[in-house]
Amino acid sequence: MRAVVSVVGRDAVGIIAQVSNECAVCGVNILDISQTVLQDYFTMIMITDIDKINIPFTEFVDRMSALGREKNLEIRAMHEDIFNSMHRI
Amino acid sequence: MADINDILETLGMIKDECLDIRTITMGISLYDCMGDSVDSICSRVYDKIMTRAGNLVKTGEDIEKEYGIPIINKRVSVTPISLLCGRLNSDGAVAIAKTLDRAAKELGVNFIGGYSALVQKGFSDGSRALIQSIPEALTVTDRVCSSVNVASTKAGINMDAVAQMGRIIKETAANTMDRSAIGCAKLVVFSNVPEDNPFMAGAFHGSGEPETVINVGVSGPGVVASAIRRAGSCDLTQIAETIKKTAFKITRMGQLVAGVASERLGVPFGIVDLSLAPTPAIGDSVAEILESIGLEKCGCPGTTAALAMLNDAVKKGGVMASSHVGGLSGAFIPLSEDAGMIEAARCGALSIEKLEAMTAVCSVGLDMIAIPGDTTAEVISGIIADEIAIGVVNNKTTAVRLIPVGKTGETVSFGGLLGEAPVIPVSRYSPGTMIHRGGRIPAPLQSLRN
Repeated sequence: MRAVVSVVGRDAVGIIAQVSNECAVCGVNILDISQTVLQDYFTMIMITDIDKINIPFTEFVDRMSALGREKNLEIRAMHEDIFNSMHRI
Repeated sequence: MADINDILETLGMIKDECLDIRTITMGISLYDCMGDSVDSICSRVYDKIMTRAGNLVKTGEDIEKEYGIPIINKRVSVTPISLLCGRLNSDGAVAIAKTLDRAAKELGVNFIGGYSALVQKGFSDGSRALIQSIPEALTVTDRVCSSVNVASTKAGINMDAVAQMGRIIKETAANTMDRSAIGCAKLVVFSNVPEDNPFMAGAFHGSGEPETVINVGVSGPGVVASAIRRAGSCDLTQIAETIKKTAFKITRMGQLVAGVASERLGVPFGIVDLSLAPTPAIGDSVAEILESIGLEKCGCPGTTAALAMLNDAVKKGGVMASSHVGGLSGAFIPLSEDAGMIEAARCGALSIEKLEAMTAVCSVGLDMIAIPGDTTAEVISGIIADEIAIGVVNNKTTAVRLIPVGKTGETVSFGGLLGEAPVIPVSRYSPGTMIHRGGRIPAPLQSLRN
């Protein structure tokens, strides 16, 4: 199973490192990262493999949101099916 | 795998355009809860609802979190309670309403629908008891929703029921006047009522439905309005195409959530209701869609045509996105729940007569409209009869949810998703003699249609 982690916020040093570290701690494998900076706002989309996740996925979602609040970023982890079903026939 | 632009589009819809699943509604049959005494019926009803829907809210919350899509309401609909009232009087019916309310509160669902009767051809004893009990039932409960189907295209219009519902609405308003007549916000009068509608206040679990079922209502007026604004200065063919594509995406999300909920709860999937259901939040308005198509204000000439196109395009886009479509399916125009509609009514662009015309081409009817508190029961019945006739003749669902409270120009607040409404004027002239005739308006001809 795969999940999409999205990070939006003001650009700062170490954002990718912090999110990646949280993924590693939870056993979430990062498959792909795309990022862009638009008008000082950093947007990162991370495709992850959650087959070997070591906590319930809902808890991972909470941990990502909490990290976001702590760093003044918006971080969401979402099951990839929501994107596939909406954009693929 | 979806590409980055698709992902960003979905995130934008959720974050900035108020995209959500409006409701996951579990329908539960109560046929096996019939009994000889009020106590035995209430106890069976309570046990059945608690057993079947015990995991509904938790499952909804888990899906919401895992998929990152807000699911605003988790609700329950049940078999029309009039079918359990054959041996009861109205006090017995009220006892069942209290039981439903208690179950809803313990489950954590914000509404439970099905305090309902279908009387399009006439009244059974159970229907009579239930309808008489509605004012009290909606006064002593908080979460119970009631509906009465007074007409169908096949049966015609039961004008005795129309007359009675005018009085019932007045009585319900009087009973709950200290709470902005909130009882009336939980009471709908229908024609051609669908039996699988997940939306309140009109949801109930129809007689042809399975033992339990999951129905899902989607939303997303803000997403459609944004897509139209992005489309720029194109012609109406392109606008219709844009609405279709957007409706497809919204409905696919509803279909996904319905499938996951159905699987996790072990309950069959019923339908997705293809709806544009507004909320009082800014940017979540059907009126705003109509205005983004090019109307100065919702309610001005051209509104009915724009709404007809919107409603049709939503269905065309949504139908392909879902394996089973049902319920009300169409754009909703509840006045108090739509910031753009409220503004249009406040500035005088939108009248009750224009709203009536709009309901001929969309779902559902004269919905959440505050009218002056001194409006007579006969005038309310007349408004119901007109709206119901539109549904009967056009072979579609129409409904009336009126709240007689306050004076013209005042604003009445109902709280939460029910919003607030400016009280709008209605005709001073009475249809009393016609309403008091009673009887039935025969079913309309289904050929020679002009």
